[in-house]
Amino acid sequence: MNNIVAAKKESVINYMKDIFNDVGNVTIFALRFFKEVVKPPYEMKEFIKQCYVIGYKSLPLVTITGFIMGLVLTLQSRPTLAKFGAESWLPSMVALSLIREIAPVITALICAGKVSSGIGAELGSMKVTEQIDAMEVSAINPYKYLVVTRILATTLMIPLLVIYADGIGILGGYVGINIHSDVNFHRYLAQVLESITFLDIFPATIKTFFFGFFIGMIGCYKGFNAANGTESVGKAANSAVVTASLTIFIIDMLAVQLTDLFF
Amino acid sequence: MIPEKIIQETTPVSKTDTAVIEIKELYKSFGKNEVLKGVNLTVKKGENLVILGKSGSGKSITIKCIVGLLAIDKGEINVFGTDITKLDNAGLNEIRVRIGFLFQNAALYDSMSVRDNLGFTLKRHAKDLSSEEVENQIKEILESVGLSEAIDKMPSELSGGMRKRIGLARTLILKPEIILYDEPTTGLDTITSREISELVLEIQKKYKTSSVIITHDMACAKHTSDRLMILKDGIIHAEGTYEELEKSDDEWVRSFFI
Ligand SMILES: Nc1ncnc2c1ncn2[C@@H]1O[C@H](COP(=O)(O)OP(=O)(O)OP(=O)(O)O)[C@@H](O)[C@H]1O
Ligand SMILES: [Mg+2]
Repeated sequence: MNNIVAAKKESVINYMKDIFNDVGNVTIFALRFFKEVVKPPYEMKEFIKQCYVIGYKSLPLVTITGFIMGLVLTLQSRPTLAKFGAESWLPSMVALSLIREIAPVITALICAGKVSSGIGAELGSMKVTEQIDAMEVSAINPYKYLVVTRILATTLMIPLLVIYADGIGILGGYVGINIHSDVNFHRYLAQVLESITFLDIFPATIKTFFFGFFIGMIGCYKGFNAANGTESVGKAANSAVVTASLTIFIIDMLAVQLTDLFF
Repeated sequence: MIPEKIIQETTPVSKTDTAVIEIKELYKSFGKNEVLKGVNLTVKKGENLVILGKSGSGKSITIKCIVGLLAIDKGEINVFGTDITKLDNAGLNEIRVRIGFLFQNAALYDSMSVRDNLGFTLKRHAKDLSSEEVENQIKEILESVGLSEAIDKMPSELSGGMRKRIGLARTLILKPEIILYDEPTTGLDTITSREISELVLEIQKKYKTSSVIITHDMACAKHTSDRLMILKDGIIHAEGTYEELEKSDDEWVRSFFI
């Protein structure tokens, strides 16, 4: 009995050690980005390619999810507002929830699934097939070429995708409203724009840069540190999605607290 | 006598003027798995050194230590007279551009065409080359490995033997003084193996390189080696020319040559 307890204790301690080790390594990995990003040579071509892959290639997915978000949100909120006789508030309510919370988080989660896992799998397979080592031995800095470009691209592209999703979501909301009543698009848009202030957009946009940074960084970290063997490529991709999604929720929570504090 | 000793100690170059690689008492372990337990080896300028050993004996680990891909536990690795274990990244990179490394599975960049695989390294190290000169050098190197027609192919479209050759071309493009080959002929048919062995010899003559060749292929070993070493239990167990080792008194050593 005592043995079992001791073994349990040991495994818990080891588990905690692993976590702290991981956090330490991620931090070192992330800090290296800031050191290397300012140093030439700048891999412009690879950066632009990654922007295309991460941003442009995610557009269809973001379009569909953005539209459905707006549509469903409108349809779901309508009965509640109707109960209070506040149906005319529907456009502003939809726009505010989309811009402040739903579009950033859902888009970031979608990108965690698509982009973070994609980066994790790509770099993981490069690691396993020794392509990263090959760069290293030919005196090319693989962190600079592979990691810096990808993190920069996600940090820039995720906010743009979120702004795009905001727009598509508001369009979806318009369609949702028109299922039950007939509202002129200009009036709808005027109502939406009237309700949005700078303080709704600014903090929401700031946090999307953090989402983007972590989506790229976690994908790269998991790929770069993939173990040997092909099955670890799948593991890297999988754990990139899980970790990135969790991180998005944590950042979101912190962002709400900080916004409350400052604005 | 005494002044001479001082000179030897203060000028390491004089000790290694004929040795391009000199490994002393190299130890490397992974957790509890002690792989290298005091490896000593020298590669002389212009020679082909073949390393034999059972699978898992630490051959790949040894050459990965030479280019600083793995941090060692203990020992000294002198390359061109500099102990690379004491170098920082920038210093290490200066040495690395002078060494070519052929990976066991070629390690071609999957996302790039053959042209870009070769150009990738060249453009980053010879920045003053015009794109025309880069193109010419790529073509020249591809011709020397006999694969000019593959220039626009992607790595996924190449056969195993072609991948090895392109991998070789990629290491040759920086005109290295040392080449480390990790199983250049493994997984290839006898004829292709023979061609690759020929290529290794040709490169030695044409570019005056010194090489370390890891192989399980005794035909390749016989063909390419000036000297052989056998790795066993973490140390160099035997050393000599092919003919010497073939007639060794040690039955275990002889078993490689059957
Ligand atoms: N990254 C690593 N982490 C942990 N152990 C490793 C690692 N790389 C190699 N090893 C271990 O080191 C030992 C030697 O590996 P190495 O790749 O040098 O063998 P090898 O002699 O090249 O074999 P082969 O002929 O099959 O290629 C093996 O037992 C292997 O399990
Ligand atoms: Mg090996």
